[in-house]
Amino acid sequence: MNLKRRHWRDRLMLGVLSAATVLVLIPLFIVIVYVVVQGIGALNGDFFTKELGSPARAQMGQETGLVHTILGTMVVDLLALLLAVPLGIGAGIMLSEYPDHRLNPLLRLLNDTLNGMPAILKGLLAFALIVKPMGTFSGFAGAVALAFVMLPIIARTTESALMIIPWSIREAGLALGLPRWRVVLSTIIPTARVGLMTGILIAFARAAGEAAPLLFTSFGNNYLPSHWSGWLLGPVDTLPQRLYSLAISPYKQWHEMGWAAGIILLSMVIVAFVIGRLAWSGSRVAKR
Amino acid sequence: MPAANPAISAAVRRIPPPIYRWLGDRIFLAGVVLFGLSVMALAVSLALVLYREGAAAITTFGFFGFLKGTTWDPALRLEFGALPFLIGTLVTSIAALALSFPPAIAVAIFSAEYAPRWLAHIIDGLVDLIAAVPSVVVGIWGIFVFAPWMRETFYMPAYLWAADRHPDLLPLLGSPIGYGMTTAVIVLALMIIPFTAALSRDAIRLVPKEQREAALALGATRWEVIRMAVLPYARSGIIAGAILSFGRAIGETMAVAMLIGNKNTLPFNLFGAAATMPSVIVNEFREAVENLHLSSLMAIGFYLFLISLLVNLFAAYLQRKMAVSGGRAV
Repeated sequence: MNLKRRHWRDRLMLGVLSAATVLVLIPLFIVIVYVVVQGIGALNGDFFTKELGSPARAQMGQETGLVHTILGTMVVDLLALLLAVPLGIGAGIMLSEYPDHRLNPLLRLLNDTLNGMPAILKGLLAFALIVKPMGTFSGFAGAVALAFVMLPIIARTTESALMIIPWSIREAGLALGLPRWRVVLSTIIPTARVGLMTGILIAFARAAGEAAPLLFTSFGNNYLPSHWSGWLLGPVDTLPQRLYSLAISPYKQWHEMGWAAGIILLSMVIVAFVIGRLAWSGSRVAKR
Repeated sequence: MPAANPAISAAVRRIPPPIYRWLGDRIFLAGVVLFGLSVMALAVSLALVLYREGAAAITTFGFFGFLKGTTWDPALRLEFGALPFLIGTLVTSIAALALSFPPAIAVAIFSAEYAPRWLAHIIDGLVDLIAAVPSVVVGIWGIFVFAPWMRETFYMPAYLWAADRHPDLLPLLGSPIGYGMTTAVIVLALMIIPFTAALSRDAIRLVPKEQREAALALGATRWEVIRMAVLPYARSGIIAGAILSFGRAIGETMAVAMLIGNKNTLPFNLFGAAATMPSVIVNEFREAVENLHLSSLMAIGFYLFLISLLVNLFAAYLQRKMAVSGGRAV
């Protein structure tokens, strides 16, 4: 093979690789553009203030919206964070601050296993553990299912965020006579703040888009609950699960609302993702 | 040494009694270990609970008999066999992996080897963003845009051509409704590209600089450096990434359930409807009334757990062999 041909081949491969990169990224933009274009028409005042009701409401042109879905998503997602964040950070602290603990290899293995499990299985688990004994689908069960999704991600990102902090900082704290737990709580956690937030945001972005676990736990609801306890103890609507129901429904008006729900869901996830990513790269640059 | 700093001596005087550090450390460690234990308990209970809930179906049809059964009849005979879904899951996942592997590797190489740092940053961000797009959003796009487009552009012409020239091919192609195996595979491939790409990119970036410099010093062109010095070195990392993506494909639920057409009987064909293990759970779980039906769906979940476990453990084994430290939650 002569030199000319080798150079020609070099340039050909560069062309192929850049073309493939563009090809991979195109669908992302197509999906985003379609969701925005198709859904923007349904994003009006009613969308944010009215409940969905029966399909007849949409077909007869009466006012319908997804206010119960948006509120339900907030309740379920926040409760899931409340459940998953302390547990996940605690497990992450165990992995990074007690590296010699005998249980750590097993914890890491089981945590990664849990992380690799399809979200739908975590929905089935929450169904068996919460919905069956309670006898009803509930927002609480949905939050537990999403917490199962978030937990292993938070544990893993906490571990990496704490591992970046140099050991010398811990040693400095210990040399000052601080007990180990004060070193962790007063120096390591505040220093790793940005990394921890990033992990939480990534976990949130992953869990907020999951519909499968919610279908068997919070189930869905076309109306606002009649009593405030219904947010936790009764079936609750959430954006991904509602988007699925709207998309597979036979009503044209509901399809449009489905696209609009897609806009909200997509922007929620993208905002969490972008903030998390910027904070992460920012904290890394600062440390270099 | 200068005179004692008053602040320090004040702090020294305020040193708490030893019981404070002894007890504090014990309590803190106990709390942290308790959190760790609950994560472990969760992983173990996932397996145990799925088995317990699916036990009725597994004992009725046998551990392997359930997997080998081809009939899925929740209405009349109440006979349940998971083979169609097992085959559907394996075929769609393997096909999606094969389809997504070349472009994913190409993106990884371009970002890690060719792109300047600012461009690599943008590409990495966008590729990771693909992974962040919720499955249902991809699904609604697939239902209303992609599947109809595939039907008009590829399935119908191919079907009409086959009907005209090679009628013997028709059973292989299946009905060109748009919602079926091929559509699901393409969308699935798109969704797992970011996982293969991100892990391969990391593996490529870990290749030592000397490796590249040695090849360059021998007069290799840039592509030859990649082919001869970089890719072989990063091979096990790339393969581990591909296997993890395969695990993702197995568990991918919503987009597949919305696009695969949901047909519970074998044989599957190229364009026609099919089903996977997650898709049948999503579609039937909420409507299952018979206890055995519910238990069979749980049993499918249990087998899905086993398959995911095998795939993940294998990938972890490969990654350990490669000895890359640090946790990456993709």
